[in-house]
Amino acid sequence: MSGSGAASWSFREEDSGRIRAVLMDFLRDASARTALLVDRAGQMLVTVGETPNFDPTAFASLTAADFSANDQLARLLGEHEFGTLFHQGEKESLYLADIARRVILVVLFDNRTTLGLVKLRMKPAVNELSVMFTEMFARDTGNDGRVGAGFVGEAEDELDKLFGI
Amino acid sequence: MSLINYASREINCKIVYYGPGLGGKTTNLEYVYEKVAPSSKGKLISLATETERTLFFDFLPVDLGTIRGFRTRFHLYTVPGQVYYNASRKLILKGVDGVVFVADSQIDRMEANLEAMQNLYDNMAQHGYDLTRLPFVIQYNKRDLPNAAPLQDLDTALNPGWTVDDPERQKSTPDPYRTGDYLVREVDGAWIERVPTFEGVAVKGEGVFDTLKAVSKLVLKTLG
Repeated sequence: MSGSGAASWSFREEDSGRIRAVLMDFLRDASARTALLVDRAGQMLVTVGETPNFDPTAFASLTAADFSANDQLARLLGEHEFGTLFHQGEKESLYLADIARRVILVVLFDNRTTLGLVKLRMKPAVNELSVMFTEMFARDTGNDGRVGAGFVGEAEDELDKLFGI
Repeated sequence: MSLINYASREINCKIVYYGPGLGGKTTNLEYVYEKVAPSSKGKLISLATETERTLFFDFLPVDLGTIRGFRTRFHLYTVPGQVYYNASRKLILKGVDGVVFVADSQIDRMEANLEAMQNLYDNMAQHGYDLTRLPFVIQYNKRDLPNAAPLQDLDTALNPGWTVDDPERQKSTPDPYRTGDYLVREVDGAWIERVPTFEGVAVKGEGVFDTLKAVSKLVLKTLG
């Protein structure tokens, strides 16, 4: 079943460390609350800053859908993409930016900062992250896409228990 | 594209339910949501119209627990069945790891089934994915209805199989879900592979977990 065409990649411990450092600096400079990285298939990669009090799995899936739908809207207008999106709430707002066409950076902020400052500080962070992710996608994944021996058997047992209803 | 996140020790797999409108895709997810233990499931999110037709997608995360140090989850999605929502259907297939095609067994829905199947192949190809090499199962739903087509007819139309070119896979492979049947077999000198199929009555939950279990196991095998 391998080689199906769906690109696979892995997210390593050292990737997480480098990315967290960039996001922490950005949050401090922009006075924003939380930064999240979500992949385009709707999976949460990293959360930095204040722990959000929403369901992160649901949030990630909706973020990916939001970005994908807006991509299509952009194309209808003859644009290649909308690189960033902004959702303004009464107290909380979201600013989203594309990273290397595969990942979305989501920033949560409130009235402790301004949209202008978030946008200003986000640009260099997006550039830095884009370089990192491009390198990650380009590297040889080797055995990263595989889990240790015994995983599949154990997972199948769990499946039988969970779905053997 | 199962993502193995070594940093957070998580594995997330994406399974998409595809098929014609009103075929029972959302019903499958609702039944799973109803029956799975609260500790093993997240929120069921439905982006639906006022008349409860799926507009964009339904989404249900199911947690398998921590296996060999990895928290393992299946993200279940449905797509809108109606053809005019094709843009949304295509978006949801991004990063898919496994597909369930929910067919409507009723004779008068055969054309809708065929159209949806063709559309699935087209949309997968546009993403650069090869459906013949991805975990893929079919559920023939609504088997309890009086106008349900015979299984043989559904198989002929929706699961005719494809030619197996890889010599290593050219061997008779019994269908673990249908006694006496084969998933890979030689027909008139050519090796043909078809996908596992399940009979379902999703409103009563029949076949729902058999289908999900089968596609989930196929997805897990791709990780091993």
